Amino acid sequence: MKDIYMDHAATTPMDKQVVSAMNPVFEDIFGNPSSVHSFGRKARKYLDEARRTMAKSIHANEKEIIITSGGTEADNLALIGTAIANKDRGRHIITTVQEHHATLHTAEHLEKQGFQVTYLPVDENGLISVDDLKNALTDETILVSIMYVNNETGMIQPIQEIGNLLKDYQKTYFHTDAVQAYGLLDIDVRENGIDMLTVSSHKINGPKGIGFLYAANDVKIDALQFGGEQERKRRPGTENVAGAVGFQKAVELVINNKTERNISYQGFKDQFISHLSNNGINFTINGDEKKAIASIVNVSFPGTNVESLLTNFDLDGIAASSGSACTAGSIEPSHVLSAMYGENDERTTNSIRFSFGIFNTTENIEEAAKRVVKIVKRLSA
Amino acid sequence: MSSNKDIRVVVGMSGGVDSSVAALLLKEQGYDVVGIFMKNWDDTDENGVCTATDDYDDVVRVCNQLDIPYFAVNFEKQYWDKVFTYFLDEYKAGRTPNPDVMCNKEIKFKAFLEHATSLGADYLATGHYAQVRNTDGEYEMLRGVDDNKDQTYFLNQLTEDVLAKVMFPLGHMNKKEVREIAMEHDLVTATKKDSTGICFIGERNFKEFLSEYLPAQPGLMKTLTGVEKGKHDGLMYYTIGQRQGLGIGGSGDPWFVVGKNLEKNVLYVEQGFDNEKLYSDGLIASDVNWIKNLRENSITCTAKFRYRQKDSAVTVHKLDDNQVHVEFHEKQRAITPGQAVVFYDGEVCLGGGTIDEVIKDETYLDYVG
Repeated sequence: MKDIYMDHAATTPMDKQVVSAMNPVFEDIFGNPSSVHSFGRKARKYLDEARRTMAKSIHANEKEIIITSGGTEADNLALIGTAIANKDRGRHIITTVQEHHATLHTAEHLEKQGFQVTYLPVDENGLISVDDLKNALTDETILVSIMYVNNETGMIQPIQEIGNLLKDYQKTYFHTDAVQAYGLLDIDVRENGIDMLTVSSHKINGPKGIGFLYAANDVKIDALQFGGEQERKRRPGTENVAGAVGFQKAVELVINNKTERNISYQGFKDQFISHLSNNGINFTINGDEKKAIASIVNVSFPGTNVESLLTNFDLDGIAASSGSACTAGSIEPSHVLSAMYGENDERTTNSIRFSFGIFNTTENIEEAAKRVVKIVKRLSA
Repeated sequence: MSSNKDIRVVVGMSGGVDSSVAALLLKEQGYDVVGIFMKNWDDTDENGVCTATDDYDDVVRVCNQLDIPYFAVNFEKQYWDKVFTYFLDEYKAGRTPNPDVMCNKEIKFKAFLEHATSLGADYLATGHYAQVRNTDGEYEMLRGVDDNKDQTYFLNQLTEDVLAKVMFPLGHMNKKEVREIAMEHDLVTATKKDSTGICFIGERNFKEFLSEYLPAQPGLMKTLTGVEKGKHDGLMYYTIGQRQGLGIGGSGDPWFVVGKNLEKNVLYVEQGFDNEKLYSDGLIASDVNWIKNLRENSITCTAKFRYRQKDSAVTVHKLDDNQVHVEFHEKQRAITPGQAVVFYDGEVCLGGGTIDEVIKDETYLDYVG
């Protein structure tokens, strides 16, 4: 029995072209990009090119790209870095209840440091309301951090509207965690009114351990770590050149293939869902399908529970997830679904996130759907 | 004939050495082994640290060493409803409960067994020191070979149906061998300390723990003839036969708890380890489980009234389906309501029940509580 991967929102396999782009760097390019000799300059050249590609992909300037170890570090830097640097202008931050823990736990940390944080609610469809945001803004608000696409439900948030609204609030920075959006949605930081944006490499078939934070030129941001001059002092430490080159290749691939990928992933999703519908199992989709990203679907299976489902799926070679955090390996009710439906709704404990990507084919989606139907029928009997 | 690789065995793994070795032995025998960690208690402290995380981490490491899949399952709600609520209710009633017996009955060999079955398991295995004997499709539970570790006392509520689906890979071994096997295979849990005490209390102070859930009502300590000997901190903190923590000074023999009066909130104490008030000659037990249905109305067998106690000869008379009168052949010390009485025929564990009443000279000893 072949294992089938349907958890691309957790991480993705590296594209072969990414591996091919990185291998020569591993083999030949070992210089420290900060060194003032030929070895260093050679490495620096690779790094600069990678950075330029990253910047262009979101219509930013290359000096606005801070390369980090990944999405979590970028979110931490965006929130803590601007909160500390701008605390004299205000101490109020707005985010949402359904953020990734990289944002939520950072916001909680800032609360302990004396910042006031407003957590915007979401509606039954997993969407935040721009009116709620408008009402929450005060003279003290220095930062709004709202994810572009929710990682559990795939719901695309009204980022353009938020950006438009915040253009009138000069003192408030707008940060968005675009980890699940990047690669499938067109992002233009100027047009969208985005001041900071988080991207992670391993979610787009690049290597793990690298990501970036876009921070517009005029954003006042303090570093969280100290050392050399790298990343214009905002993120010191010798750079991960091979990672940057792999990330660059992954960026090029998503930029060039955005339309095809959307069509392909949406196709897998539709195929999967219609197989479930056609085989008479009881399920509902969490969130508003029309506003979901192509790669993610979150399905509730009444009469089952997440732990039995995921364990059975895995034993039958299906890799999916609940999308939510685990403590001691056991799955806690999803904070995102709890925010949408209330804590006691059974959908918080019987929902599975399936996420599609380059591992998938029409054949393995069909096979996966068959196995899922068989298991769900057995468990909900 | 199906070979072992077609037989799926779910192993309940705690992150301790026993369940680690249980999984290892099954894997060596070629079974399709799946390790599952049970999370029964939310022990997240004020810093957000949860000791279950460390234990689960050890499960992950061991399973990776053995190359078996691992998962976790959360039974916090079931544990709270079925075990912890019972535990508090018993203390409220002035008794000394045995949550491990209840956990085995309601969680490990019920909720967890159902979960394992839903995963296509043919058997559930644990690291308990006990043995299952299958004689032509009839299942019995035998004591573990290691006298010092035998855990049948805690497993007395298991039924034959359940035993048919259970494996105890360590039952024929002693603890020393188990540690040695873990060392030989360099398991990360090889030298891990055995857990002590009640699982959800762990290393914490028992008194403090209990006081978080039940209000302590201090009262008087008296002899059975009414002589005041001091104050107690709350009846729930004491058990029959207890010597420590009474704080009665003076000369002569040490003092012991002999009983409780819940209505008057009085703790009864008497002097001397062998004080006759601590002794009884029979008991009434309820919630009695016979692993194999008992046909006779009375039998002579042996019994344990506490874990790790030597067996004593008794005659058991059935009162109704789940109540028995147990007659001791020799008087017994410190029989405690709430604890389990477990019956044996040689190496075979017959079942057991919960001690409700203590009897002496054909009278219930009301002072015991």
